[in-house]
Amino acid sequence: MASPAVRIFQKLEGLFCVYKPAGVHWKIIRDTVETSLLKGLNDCAPKAVPHHIRFLVDGSTDPEAPKGLTVSAASVPALSQHPLVTGPEFLNLKVGVGHRLDTFSSGVLVLAVGKGNKILSEFYKTRVTRDYTLEGEFGTATDNFSVSGRAVERSTYDHITLDKLEKVLAMLQGANQKALLAYSSVDMRSQEAYEMAVKGLLGPEGKSAPILTGLRCIHFQPPHFTLEVQCINETQKYLCKVVHEIGLELRSTAMCRGVRRTRDGPFTVKDALTHHQWTAADIQQAIQLYKPSKKTKGPPKNQAPSQISEGNVTDTSQRETKLSETALIEQTCS
Amino acid sequence: MASSCAQLCRSCRSLPCSMAGTRTWQFYAQVRHTVTSSRAPTKTCTGEFFKGNLTTGQSRLRWSSHIFDYSDSAARYFSTEAKNEKITDELCSSDASPYKPSLLPNKDAVPQTDSQFLLDLDAATEFPALEKISDEEAVSISVPSSIPPASFSLKDYVDKSETLSKLVQLGVNLWKVEQKPNVGSMLLRLDFNMDVAPRLLFLKEIGVEDSRFGYIITHNPFFLTENVENLQARVNYLKSKKFSAETVASMVSRAPFLLNFNVKRLDNRLGFYQQQLGLSASNTRDIIARLPRLLCGSLEPVKENLKVCEIELGFKTNEIQHIVLAVPKVLNANKKKLTQIFDLVHNTMKVPHHLITKFPQVLNSKYLRLRERHFFLEYLGKAQYDPSKDNYISLDRLASLPDEAFCTELALAALEDFYLFQKTL
Repeated sequence: MASPAVRIFQKLEGLFCVYKPAGVHWKIIRDTVETSLLKGLNDCAPKAVPHHIRFLVDGSTDPEAPKGLTVSAASVPALSQHPLVTGPEFLNLKVGVGHRLDTFSSGVLVLAVGKGNKILSEFYKTRVTRDYTLEGEFGTATDNFSVSGRAVERSTYDHITLDKLEKVLAMLQGANQKALLAYSSVDMRSQEAYEMAVKGLLGPEGKSAPILTGLRCIHFQPPHFTLEVQCINETQKYLCKVVHEIGLELRSTAMCRGVRRTRDGPFTVKDALTHHQWTAADIQQAIQLYKPSKKTKGPPKNQAPSQISEGNVTDTSQRETKLSETALIEQTCS
Repeated sequence: MASSCAQLCRSCRSLPCSMAGTRTWQFYAQVRHTVTSSRAPTKTCTGEFFKGNLTTGQSRLRWSSHIFDYSDSAARYFSTEAKNEKITDELCSSDASPYKPSLLPNKDAVPQTDSQFLLDLDAATEFPALEKISDEEAVSISVPSSIPPASFSLKDYVDKSETLSKLVQLGVNLWKVEQKPNVGSMLLRLDFNMDVAPRLLFLKEIGVEDSRFGYIITHNPFFLTENVENLQARVNYLKSKKFSAETVASMVSRAPFLLNFNVKRLDNRLGFYQQQLGLSASNTRDIIARLPRLLCGSLEPVKENLKVCEIELGFKTNEIQHIVLAVPKVLNANKKKLTQIFDLVHNTMKVPHHLITKFPQVLNSKYLRLRERHFFLEYLGKAQYDPSKDNYISLDRLASLPDEAFCTELALAALEDFYLFQKTL
């Protein structure tokens, strides 16, 4: 019979996601979560100290006492099993971190506990796309492409209109679409490539340069603008650079005010735990809630896209990738 | 005959070899006599029988030396009773074989192990294993203690050592204590009545509550090796500095290392705080009484923090005095955290120095919480920290209210909205 702490730990194994605030290193997040989990596990219910029988020699030095030795059996607590002596049951946990977020950016950060680490590495072997919201500002260029850097150039931005911005975005997306095909290592003139493209499975295997699979402007009010990006194999630094390059392309300059990840594979910002929820109970709930919900929530797998027109290729491929990820998680979890 | 053999074998099997030595010998002698008297030539099957039995390499040689002498007589009985085979197997291969060379006439040199076994047998004759012994004798048998001579943890000694078991009952976290180098052996060497009890009584005398003993010894096990007179001198010194008896007791129970500092050092440290902060004696006492840890820690970080407040954050001397009097923890705080919070409050929230001085609690709060609340209020258009205007929000309430109260009283929004807002930052 496992101890209550072990049983709780078994329920805790799996994947969940937290909302990382900006300005905090991901290692600190991981350590905070580990500490609170350990606290929850070790505090749950202290084991009762087992008793053992010991023969206590009667210490009475009574000369009248019958010759010989009198021992009395007594049940005394076995202090070597006392929680103060054995220490806490769990000293450290394996808490793994999914695709990293740098200190400057915020958003969904996937964490894995215990056996979840295995699922986590399996999960990232598939082509996982991530959603980001980038906040940019025209008029300034900095040395590290974000607000925290030193300004190296200033320029006007009056000439920029939404039309011009969208033109640049469309061009950028086209270039990335080409890169996606180039990295997918299939002959483009083959039937296989066509079938993969229909299912939206074209893409790089494993490592590749960052690829933006989707890019659009959701808010435009010069000098501020907000972009929504779907991408593969990116880093946050690269996304800041994208904003910078958009600025240059528009004959102006731009810097990134904030990078926020809204989705990492199937993990969305909706399920993410904010820092007041990083307790064992809430995390357990998140992990438990995640496991069964896969089977009911996931859309039917064999639903093929009815028609593919030029315009919605990326959208469909987007959805399909999401779909295959969901299926994978379902497999590995069950 | 066969039954007696079986009996012998069973006794061999059931008893440990050395203990059963004498008995086996006697049985063997009997077997030997009866066997020789009822000798009959059945040599054909003997060879096969013993070949099957001889499995262990060690006994093979010894067996071969006297096998003929023995087998010609015994084999008939063994071969007639096939079911005995398993038992005899055991007899031949393991237990009985070493005794035989000494018993039977040797045909070649006696193996060296025999002399050892003879010694063992001599020792065994003193202890007839199956005979009853009196209680006195039983008590006089010295049992080797089960305590290991060396161990990584105090766990092995707790049940045996009076000091350790009493300390556990006092609530000392032995697991934590044993992590410190050399502390485990130090504790084991202590005698409860001689070493531990007087110091606990001393603590009780100066007014420390019983429930704090565990905490004090867990954090400072070296307290148990301090001289009681020295401890008394230090307490007297503190009292001479006009700390009241209750204050001293609460200080000792909150800062376990306090009484390990000698009088000169305590005096130096009190002097340091009074000088650096330029406070009156009563104010210094007040700070020290509220945060006795200040006397135990290093003084360098305190100096650094004061410089940070003065130069980097730009507080005036009287402002620093005011802040420290209200929140002594600022002296011990991480200077990076101090500047981070000050940067947020002063540069982002545009709160002037004199207001921060008025609500110094804000420097002791959590940076992330403060930032989130400020941005939420700003988003709602309620971030107004100027007391001369309407809808003023005091820094104190902003920093110290719990989430629910903050939402209902300051932000006038639902708690869920606040949590949702946190996910958009």
